[in-house]
Formats: sequence, C-alpha cells, structure tokens
Amino acid sequence: MSEEFKIEIVNPEKSFLVKDDVSEVVVPAYEGEMGILKDHISIISFLKPGIVKILSKSGNESYYIEDGIVEFKNNNLSILTSSIFNIADMDKSKKQDLLKQAEEESGKEEINDQSRYLIDQKIEVLKTLN
Amino acid sequence: MASLDDLKKRIASVKSTQKITKAMKMVAAAKLRKAQESAEKGRPYSEKMNNVILNLSSGISDKENAPKLLSGTGNDKVHLCVVMTSDRGLCGGFNSNIIKKAKSYFSKILSEGKELKIITVGSKGNDQLKRMYGDKIVENISFKESKNANYFDADKVGKIVIDKFESSEFDICTIFYNQFKNVITQIPQAQQIIPLNSEDSEENTSEESYEFEPDEDEILSNLLPKNISTQIFKAMLENSASEQGSRMSAMDNATRNAGEMVDKLTIQYNRSRQAAITKELIEIISGAESL
Repeated sequence: MSEEFKIEIVNPEKSFLVKDDVSEVVVPAYEGEMGILKDHISIISFLKPGIVKILSKSGNESYYIEDGIVEFKNNNLSILTSSIFNIADMDKSKKQDLLKQAEEESGKEEINDQSRYLIDQKIEVLKTLN
Repeated sequence: MASLDDLKKRIASVKSTQKITKAMKMVAAAKLRKAQESAEKGRPYSEKMNNVILNLSSGISDKENAPKLLSGTGNDKVHLCVVMTSDRGLCGGFNSNIIKKAKSYFSKILSEGKELKIITVGSKGNDQLKRMYGDKIVENISFKESKNANYFDADKVGKIVIDKFESSEFDICTIFYNQFKNVITQIPQAQQIIPLNSEDSEENTSEESYEFEPDEDEILSNLLPKNISTQIFKAMLENSASEQGSRMSAMDNATRNAGEMVDKLTIQYNRSRQAAITKELIEIISGAESL
C-alpha cells in the first residue's frame, strides 16, 4: 500500500500546484508547525506566515507562504492561500523586499495584537530565509 | 441629394470607423481569451473556499454566537450595494445591464423605507448612477491603472466593505456584476455576500466531522473576511470576461453595420455617378441634334 496522498495548492488567480505522490507535508499552522501524513484525521486550520515543506517521490519542495487555510479530507490536502512563493525561485532581492515591507508594517502603530503577532512571525521567517 | 464628393467622403469616413471597430473587436477577442482563462483558473479557489465555509458553518455548535459576517446583524435597515462595472465604454449593454439590475433593486429597497448606500467599482457605473443616486454613493473605486483583474484590488474593495461592516455602517451587502455565460450572453447578477447566503450554494456538506485548530469560531472569523474578498474577486473576474465578451460582440455588430452602410452608400454613389453621366450624354446628344 502506498503511503501517498494528494495535495492541491490554490491561490485566487489559479491552481498553483497539484501533486498526487506526496508522502508528507509540513505546514505552519496557527498553533505551530504541523506535519501531515496519509490518513490524517480531517482537519481545517489556518496558516501563519511560514514555510510549507512538501516531501514527495518526485522531489522535495518548499514554499514561503504568508497566510492561508489548510483543509485535509479523505487524503486530499488543499491549501488556499493568497500569497505563496517557491523558495527556489525567490532571489535575494525579493526576500529583502518582502522583509522590508513587513518591517514597515510592523512599524505602524494602529495595528492590533493579532496582526502584530502575524507580522512578527513573518519577519522572523523571512530573516531565516535571508 | 448629396453630391458625389459628399458621398465619397462619407464612404471614406464609414470605412475608417469600420477599421477601428474591427481592430477593437480583435483586441477584445484576444483579451477575452485571457480573461476567460483567468476566470476559469480562479474558480477552484472560490469553490474550495465556499466548501470550507459550508463545512465550518454546519459544524458550528451555537448559532447565536456565530460571527456577524455569517449570521448578519439581525437587522436589515441599511443596505450596501457594491456595483461593479467597467472603466471603459463601447462594450454594448454591459454596463447598462448591471445598472438596470441595480436600479430596480435600489428602488425596491427605497420603497421599503430602508436606507441605501452604494459603492461603485469602475468609473462607468459611477457616471451612470451619480445623476439619480449621487447622494447615496459613499465610495467610488476605480482600477484604471491595473490591466487585469487581480486579487490585490479585490482585497482592497473587500477591506473597505469589512471596515464599513465593522463600524456598523450597514447590515446587508449585495454585489452586482455580470456573470459570463458566453460571448453573447452575460447575466447581470445580484449576490448577497453579507450575511452569507448559504441557501444559494449547493448543499454538499459531508457528514464527516472535522478537527479544528484553533476552534471553529476563530477560524470562521478569520476566514469570512477572506471569503468576502474572494467573492469580490470572483465577481471581478467574471466581470472582466463579460466586459470583453460584450465588447467583442458589440464591435462585431458595429463592424457589420458599417459594412452594410458602406454597401448602401456605394450603391447610392454609383447611381448618382451613372445619373450624372446619363445627364451629360443627353445634353450632348440633344445639343448635337439641334444643330
């Protein structure tokens, strides 16, 4: 029996990635990183900024994600996100840009605690990427 | 009767108009393909989003404390209407169809004695509504700079709507847009997005229960604002496909009409040329006979 399941990442513009030979996915869920294997219980959670790691037969990939929702059901994993970047495609300046944007945003005063938490997360992740 | 010279000029001018409409049709056709593609590509996201929300809302234990975006404020006094139109004209009945739909809705609301607020997206809608409902328009958004419908823009509109909702400026929000069916048919739609109308979406909630992390309420309150933006984005995609389709068929008609006009004018031109020649001949012959 194979231990593989299907993943689909969609962003508003298009279906970003579809793979059906995935063995494990690690997503930055809101309450901490979460590894998903085959036959995981059905779950809905939302994501904080972080890195999605996809382990599959055809190679491992990681993506930088800023927000999103993850749904796992019947061995189908869907990730809905509005901003996702393939880390392999991100060059230095892109990362710097994102970091600068995030830092600017965290400098603002009128944001609430929750979004501040998310922005801090974002900055941290981007720093590790850089 | 117009002189030969006038006719010639008219034929030339109609012909050049025809050239323009033909070119516009071609451009619209090319853009339509792109817009249609992105509308199709955008569908999975909004469908998935809808599914998740359906699953979530059916799992919510006490409906009383459900987020207001889902259940509504309990009132229906103030209606916010987001009318989405294009920024450019020359696209047949595209804009006026939306406006017509919106206006009939407006008059229904006003006759029920409710308050009306309007947000127009796209400058054409604003132009047409400002005469009758100028005092009702609270915001006018236009994305002239962005070439294609993108999520970033939709998110901006969504944020404005949610901000207004949170400061309780309205109870019910409806968006107006054209749904793209095919090149000749676009159906003006009125879709209620706040509170979420779950009757509209097909019921395919599964029996299976989900694990939620964190709890349902928190996920829902995070998800619903995103859903608003997603719905608006979907409407924008449909709208841009409809706009191009509508423009394409309008320009096709215009080109055909111009062709008919050129034919008619050419016949008229030839007739009067012939008449002039005949007249000259008669003059010459009768002149020769009288000698």
